[in-house]
Amino acid sequence: MSLKAFKRALWVYHLNTGSCNGCDIEILAVLTPRYDVERFGIRLVGTPRHADVLLVTGPVIKQMVPRVKRIYAQTPDPKVVMVIGNCGSEGGVFYESYNLAGPIDQIIPVTVYVPGCPPRPEAIIEGVAKAWVKLEQLEQQGVL
Amino acid sequence: MLNLLGIDNPLELAVIIVGSFILAPVFGMLYRGIDRKLVARMQGRIGPPIIQPFRDIRKLLMKENIIPDGAIQWLFTAAPFIALIASALLLLYIPLFGRGALLGGTGDAILVLYLLIIPSLAFVLGGFASSSPYATVGAQREMVLMMSYEFPLAVVIVTLASRIGLVTNANPFMLATIAANPIWNLVGPLGIVGALILVFTLIVVTIGEAAKVPFDIAEAETEIAGGLLVEYSGRNLSLFYLADIIKAFAMVSLVVALFFPYNLSPLVGIGIPVLAGIVDGLFFLIKVFVVMFLSITLIRTAMARFKISQVSYIYIIAMTLIALVGSILIGIDLLVF
Ligand code: SF4
Repeated sequence: MSLKAFKRALWVYHLNTGSCNGCDIEILAVLTPRYDVERFGIRLVGTPRHADVLLVTGPVIKQMVPRVKRIYAQTPDPKVVMVIGNCGSEGGVFYESYNLAGPIDQIIPVTVYVPGCPPRPEAIIEGVAKAWVKLEQLEQQGVL
Repeated sequence: MLNLLGIDNPLELAVIIVGSFILAPVFGMLYRGIDRKLVARMQGRIGPPIIQPFRDIRKLLMKENIIPDGAIQWLFTAAPFIALIASALLLLYIPLFGRGALLGGTGDAILVLYLLIIPSLAFVLGGFASSSPYATVGAQREMVLMMSYEFPLAVVIVTLASRIGLVTNANPFMLATIAANPIWNLVGPLGIVGALILVFTLIVVTIGEAAKVPFDIAEAETEIAGGLLVEYSGRNLSLFYLADIIKAFAMVSLVVALFFPYNLSPLVGIGIPVLAGIVDGLFFLIKVFVVMFLSITLIRTAMARFKISQVSYIYIIAMTLIALVGSILIGIDLLVF
């Protein structure tokens, strides 16, 4: 199995679980000419079936729980989950709010956390690089 | 066997087979990479490496291949294969790399017209079979698109064949006959304007055939989440990806075969067959690149997606009228000169 082809052709799907839309805009900024992640082969796709990476934002409100699980299941293996933003990582400004079921790692397994409220585009790109490292480790352990 | 194909030289046959089954898909993928790179450049980005489509396909092949529960299983799995095989069949009937087509002796431009429909039909079947509302909407849009661009395309080919039929006894619908009598040599100034209009029509039809912006209503990621292919993943998706690339390459080669069938080697006087073959092959690649740049890359960067009602209007009314004007001009040219 060729990790290089996989690493350099990541298609990402963006899943909003109730965020304030701040992180979502930063994700779009990553695709603009200034940061241009397409040079690494990264592409934003419209459906989880095409995705290799789930970019999850937001603290997961209660109604999103079955949807998040379903979208995770709909994504074909091998896959990576990246949490973008403080509120997805540990609650952030919504910490201990009455309508939360999250953070995200209580619902689906998370590979990389990108902290920040919202994180800068550079941080998101660094998160992708961290995901590569993680994939390499998985390959060495023979999981992938 | 060889006589059936109308090619008596086994070397020639081998070259043509390699050309249509190996070189054409490889260059199709390379051109898709170049297309993405150029679009990125024109948008002020750096863009993916040119070999990106190869990486995409290799990655898709190692992904899980999911068949959704609600889907019609056999149709869902068969559709990508049908799409790929039908697109590959196209390459057998269209002259590539400055040579004749492998089965060019047995099928004409009308057959190519019908073959062009089959990959789109396979996309539609796959969309309906996947039982997702997004895919169903995408499949319906693809059908509307298919029915819309068929008419101007037919006008172009019929005009061309009827004009060429006047000067030769051979079947004017054969791509070899069209290549032997390029339209530009037959007509006067008025006819040249008409032929240019037909080229324009064909280029607009190519965008629809290749399902690219501004006519990509069937995929429309921002509206219907990838449309037709919404439920496809892994191997099946990679087959569709490849079929799409091959179909675009075949369609552009058809434009080249219909309007620019010239070869470079007779012009510069290269007599040695091998060298002439290489020169012609490279010249063909350049012609394909130019047409692809004009029809797909440039317009894809410059325009946004049309609304669905606009797409059928543009093809059925506007482009058909424009194509008719072109064919009338060629007709008047015949009367005047
Ligand atoms: S981390 Fe901050 S910016 Fe991002 S979605 Fe949560 S609240 Fe909004």
